[in-house]
Amino acid sequence: MHPAPSVIVFTTLSGLGFGLLFWLGLGIPSVTGWSAFAFFTIAYVLAVGGLISSTFHLGHPERAMKAFTQWRTSWLSREGVAAVAALLIMAGFGAGLVFMAANWAVLGWLGALLSLLTVYCTAMIYGQLKTVPRWKQPLTPVLMLTISLAGGALLAGQVSYALILLPLAGVVQVAWWVMGDRALVESGSNLSTATGLGQPGQVRAFEPPHTGTNYLLREFVHVVGRKHAVKLRAIALILGFALPVVLLLLPFNHIFALFAIVSHLAGIAASRWLFFAEAEHVVGLYYGKR
Amino acid sequence: MTALPEHTQKKLGLVIDLDTCVGCHACVISCKGWNTENYGAPLSDQDPYGTPSGTFLNRVHSYEVQPEEGAAQLIHFPKSCLHCEDAPCVTVCPTGASYKRVEDGIVLVNESDCIGCGLCAWACPYGARELDQAEGVMKKCTLCVDRIYNENLPEEDREPACVRTCPAGARHFGDLGDPDSNVSQLVAERGGMDLMPEQGTKPVNKYLPPRPKDQMDQIDILAPFLEPVAEETKGFLGWLDKTLEKL
Repeated sequence: MHPAPSVIVFTTLSGLGFGLLFWLGLGIPSVTGWSAFAFFTIAYVLAVGGLISSTFHLGHPERAMKAFTQWRTSWLSREGVAAVAALLIMAGFGAGLVFMAANWAVLGWLGALLSLLTVYCTAMIYGQLKTVPRWKQPLTPVLMLTISLAGGALLAGQVSYALILLPLAGVVQVAWWVMGDRALVESGSNLSTATGLGQPGQVRAFEPPHTGTNYLLREFVHVVGRKHAVKLRAIALILGFALPVVLLLLPFNHIFALFAIVSHLAGIAASRWLFFAEAEHVVGLYYGKR
Repeated sequence: MTALPEHTQKKLGLVIDLDTCVGCHACVISCKGWNTENYGAPLSDQDPYGTPSGTFLNRVHSYEVQPEEGAAQLIHFPKSCLHCEDAPCVTVCPTGASYKRVEDGIVLVNESDCIGCGLCAWACPYGARELDQAEGVMKKCTLCVDRIYNENLPEEDREPACVRTCPAGARHFGDLGDPDSNVSQLVAERGGMDLMPEQGTKPVNKYLPPRPKDQMDQIDILAPFLEPVAEETKGFLGWLDKTLEKL
């Protein structure tokens, strides 16, 4: 799959932003006044910034409002509805904390739940696609949720939670890669089933339908990004999970905490690049590629 | 609403004969010709005289099939939207732009509702949907919905452009929901097949597999008694062969 920068930025930042909103909604840390204002601003910049960047890859962003209508069937629509609901509820909860020092806990819990639901919907946009076997696995939402919770804990300054969730997310990430690497073969789709021509013999793509490239090849058969997959996986694991844990274990220091957050973000961005670049769409089979 | 209909009154679709297709790409051209100037946004091309890339609703692949024994076979393979019964492209649409018609089962895109997110193309295993780079909306085969019911056209033209133009008669159009229709009978006779059945899309379009090649074990009953062709070379070639052999 084509790793579109707008979608990588969106899933990375929004995941982190909604992760932070989850912790804020639970009242962890319990903040009011200016410090609450600072926490909520960071969460909203990340969550809303990510959502806005996701509209950059649309052919007609001006019609984006229509995407709220099909929540009964479409995970993309559900994500939009959940995101807006989470942001509105958390805005009410945040306003109470910032301006009135009032902790409307029930509103916060609801906002936290909706924040997690948003991340789950985002994950299911990918996790529902049978055409991309690497994504169509139960671990896809688990991966995105644990990363979001771990990043949120890190941003919320919850060292003890982050020290549990970061290694957990790292383990899920590795498991997701291991399962993903065999997913295409296990899906049973191959050139033989794609063409139905496997009966008489061995099928080989002889001649493509066009001399140049096309939308399908650009969007679904992105091979260049996989070249450094092993190195990028190592970078994602070290920067995303290992280094932040080491930094958190050191005696507490705001500089270390900042480094941990930056390192985590860079690692997750690498992981998201691979999420797209390594994903094989079955349409590639028709071109004899994967 | 992007929920799929429980049941469609008809299942209009194509039956493509892989035995007959000669790979001339006439269906590709006629499809582009008709659909670029009729239903919806035109099918744009980018840099047509440089490194070309463009939107097509129908494309012809060619595959080589190598049997265990004997010569390889070349099979031309036209591919367009299969108008699936369980069309995954329809349910993922966030705006309701994609839909499957109850009356005939055709899968269409309402272009004025399409935000060009591309998720439907991601959901399609067959590569049947392409996002037009000029218009920013999703394009797909309409089964020439603006021809098949068009009373301004002569009756023989009321079928999809690809079917109408195919010089080999490799494309057939009809109601696959009616077991007595010509296309359904063709599918039953020739063992029509689904593409990627494991994807669970239940395609309406069917493909007729290539017929087995004729076997000619013996050309003539007298053949075994014929003199074998001389294997030893004589004359100038014989001399040349021996001389080169000695070198």
